[in-house]
Amino acid sequence: MNAREIILGSVAINKPAPAICPETLISSNKNRSGLIDEFIQMNRVAGGSVIETDELELIKKDINQSVKNREYFVNTISAVGQKNKDINEFSDAFSLASVHKVYMRSKLGVAENGSVWLGESDLVNRLLPFICEHLVIVLDSNSIVSNMHDAYKRIKADEEGYGVFISGPSKTADIEQSLVIGAHGPRSLLIYLV
Amino acid sequence: MTVYLFVPCYIDQFYPQVAIATCQLLGKLGCKVIFPLNQTCCGQPMANSGFAHLTSGCSANFVRNFSEADYIVSPSGSCVLHIKEHLNDENEQAGKHIRDRIFELTEFLVDILNVGKLEAFFAHRVGLHVACHGQRGLHTASMTELVSPSFSKPEKLLNMVEGIQLFYPERKDECCGFGGTFCVFEEAVSVKMGRDRLSEHKSNAVEFITSTDSSCLMHLEGILKREKSNIRIRHIAEILNGSDRRES
Amino acid sequence: MANHASMAAAFIKDEARVNWHDETLWYVRHKRDLAAVKIPEWEQLRELASEIKNHTLSHLDDYLVEFEKRATENGIIVHWAVDAQEHNDIIWNLIRSNNISRVVKSKSMLTEECHLNEYLSNRGIKVVDTDLGEYIVQLREESPSHIVLPAIHLRKEDVGKTFHEHLKTEQGNSDPQYLAEAARQSMRWKFIHSEMAITGVNFAIAETGGFVVCTNEGNADMGAHAAGIHVACMGIEKIIPRTEDLGVFLRLLARSATGQPITTYSSHFHKPRRGQEMHVIIVDNGRTRQLGNPDFRNSLKCIRCAACFNTCPVYRKSGGHSYHSPVAGPIGAILNPNLNRRQNADLPFASTLCGSCSNVCPVKIDIHEQLWKWRQDLTKEGYVTKSKKAGMKGMAWILSSPARYRMAGRVVRIVLRFFPSLVPIRDLNPWYKQREMPAAPNQSFREWYLKNKK
Repeated sequence: MNAREIILGSVAINKPAPAICPETLISSNKNRSGLIDEFIQMNRVAGGSVIETDELELIKKDINQSVKNREYFVNTISAVGQKNKDINEFSDAFSLASVHKVYMRSKLGVAENGSVWLGESDLVNRLLPFICEHLVIVLDSNSIVSNMHDAYKRIKADEEGYGVFISGPSKTADIEQSLVIGAHGPRSLLIYLV
Repeated sequence: MTVYLFVPCYIDQFYPQVAIATCQLLGKLGCKVIFPLNQTCCGQPMANSGFAHLTSGCSANFVRNFSEADYIVSPSGSCVLHIKEHLNDENEQAGKHIRDRIFELTEFLVDILNVGKLEAFFAHRVGLHVACHGQRGLHTASMTELVSPSFSKPEKLLNMVEGIQLFYPERKDECCGFGGTFCVFEEAVSVKMGRDRLSEHKSNAVEFITSTDSSCLMHLEGILKREKSNIRIRHIAEILNGSDRRES
Repeated sequence: MANHASMAAAFIKDEARVNWHDETLWYVRHKRDLAAVKIPEWEQLRELASEIKNHTLSHLDDYLVEFEKRATENGIIVHWAVDAQEHNDIIWNLIRSNNISRVVKSKSMLTEECHLNEYLSNRGIKVVDTDLGEYIVQLREESPSHIVLPAIHLRKEDVGKTFHEHLKTEQGNSDPQYLAEAARQSMRWKFIHSEMAITGVNFAIAETGGFVVCTNEGNADMGAHAAGIHVACMGIEKIIPRTEDLGVFLRLLARSATGQPITTYSSHFHKPRRGQEMHVIIVDNGRTRQLGNPDFRNSLKCIRCAACFNTCPVYRKSGGHSYHSPVAGPIGAILNPNLNRRQNADLPFASTLCGSCSNVCPVKIDIHEQLWKWRQDLTKEGYVTKSKKAGMKGMAWILSSPARYRMAGRVVRIVLRFFPSLVPIRDLNPWYKQREMPAAPNQSFREWYLKNKK
């Protein structure tokens, strides 16, 4: 008998009598502006910052500034500027090591925790939103849902090979519970809410 | 209403004034109190130490003394909880009868007697220690861990005492560290826990500390006396019974 | 053999340190309370989480098979390991067959349980623990003292000294910002150069064959997306049935652990990236034995949030190392005896059974009740000193008879009156070390009752 058979056999003998699986029926009825305010507040608490804007001009200005500063940035949003041709899913860690800023678009935000969902196609490369120094997200304010239950109803988590909820810049409090922003991932998260 | 009085062994031997106060208080509130003369110990000290299998003698004796009772009342949350959860006599019917009818004192006063006022006077600053087994096991009060409405049976009763000023420590329901044989087998942690509770009470400048359980109070009093502190201990029964004099 | 009581006593001697440890962890418990109270449906969520886990355990084999099927369809290679040895061997074989030398690892209590680092070190592979807290204790050659906050037992000066020694940071500089930046710079190239990334699994989804890893630092992802091989290690109990169940668990996990509504990163892995290998190792290591025990199977519901650690006054005041196990605290006290009776028989007694742990547990494990039950089992199996056993037998004999009980009570009161410390030498009477004995009244209640009431 191999390990699989041993383990499954052992589970079969030892498992308890069947118990019912409950329905997870929880959602909340917040009005739209309540959701946006909550999203902004929760993201701020997590160390991020949110700028509300009506159009994409502001983001284009942001990118132009990056160009002027001669920063190595990666843009994955065609609506705001040219996408980097040199970056794709096969780009390895060495080639991404000096990326300073990344611009990505998210399709969903969650008000209760200020997080945004990024699927693999939003990221272009899985390592990109982690290895950069600064992460900039563009999010449509109409795509903010109330809580995680609603989020999982909207996205299909296994639609792509990878996806991630990101709620702020990377951080740690492992040294005497002192909060330090910028652990191994990006040092900042900026969300343009359009 | 006839009430059988269950007096925990260590109260019978070391803190008889607590049982006297309980007896008198129940009498004042219209109960006929019967004290079965042959009760001993509920078995909790052995059971909590891993020796529940040795407690059948104590359980059998408990059943012999209390199986006729309509109500059993005790000034101890932990002992009542032990009987409810771990009474292990072979007479299952008697066991169920007892489990359904046994109450800690404040539970009984609030839930069964529906006490609305008390003839009691205690004009002192009093710290209320929330005893774990009564609170979390018998639900005599709400618990800070849970998201649920706030309530407290001991507090409700104490607020009926004229002149009393009641204070909670900052960590409202953190354990005092007695824990049965824990208090000797993990002496360092036990005393540290007790000292930490006491320092919060001291911040409130209390004159007395009270609780529903004499086990907690015995442990806290031991520390206070060693420190030669002026803070004194009173079981809740003594305060609710109106006496603020006690043999030292 | 060092046990909890003696190690706790040593920890408590440094009063400044134990007070800091206690206050810091109480603050984490407090943050949890603040987060919970913002969710009106909090108790409903706990009940749901508990029921989902109960259901899952009752169909665990079906869900494991479903998970394996879907994961395999998605290109993930699934392995099974009966015990720690097999788990370690699987990883070693992957390392050998791929000629790997650079391995990074994010937090996984399972790999701690299997002593993976030591096993690989004996074979010439130095795994780098990338979670900052774990990195710090790794450099210090200590074990983590808390499953979420591994270095909570250390002050920043301790970290400063360690980093000065190993990372050449400035001597005497213990600014957390400065030290964390040094760790970031040092770790960055370890991620980039890594060949294998080992991660844990917070939740494995049967319905989709995917798994979720939660971090604040981003270290799991930095490794997983850089390395050519990603190995995710999970205990059999990490399975949940459906993606929608993540809504319940992710809302509970970070709030229970640190008071955050969610960790910075909640990464959902379903397929390896193109050109990468992704492996999952499903491990038993005694879990099915625990599953078969109705008294203790609820402990398998644990989602490793450590809320029970933060609320436990014994843990806060004795420190994680007093539990001499990778998983300390109340949950450790009910999991570890299953792994090794002899080494861990002391743990269920390191508690006053106050019940606070069960109340904060997001999946409603009856921790304090299991502690009581373990005490019964361990005692019956003989893990108790002869003197304690004799003392308890004596006590039971005396207390079960009214006449013997009354006689003993009278004797004790008389002795106490003449010998207040019971024994003149403090060391033989642990109660008396730091507390006065109770006073001895002249009469018992029964004696008063007979005089006054009959």
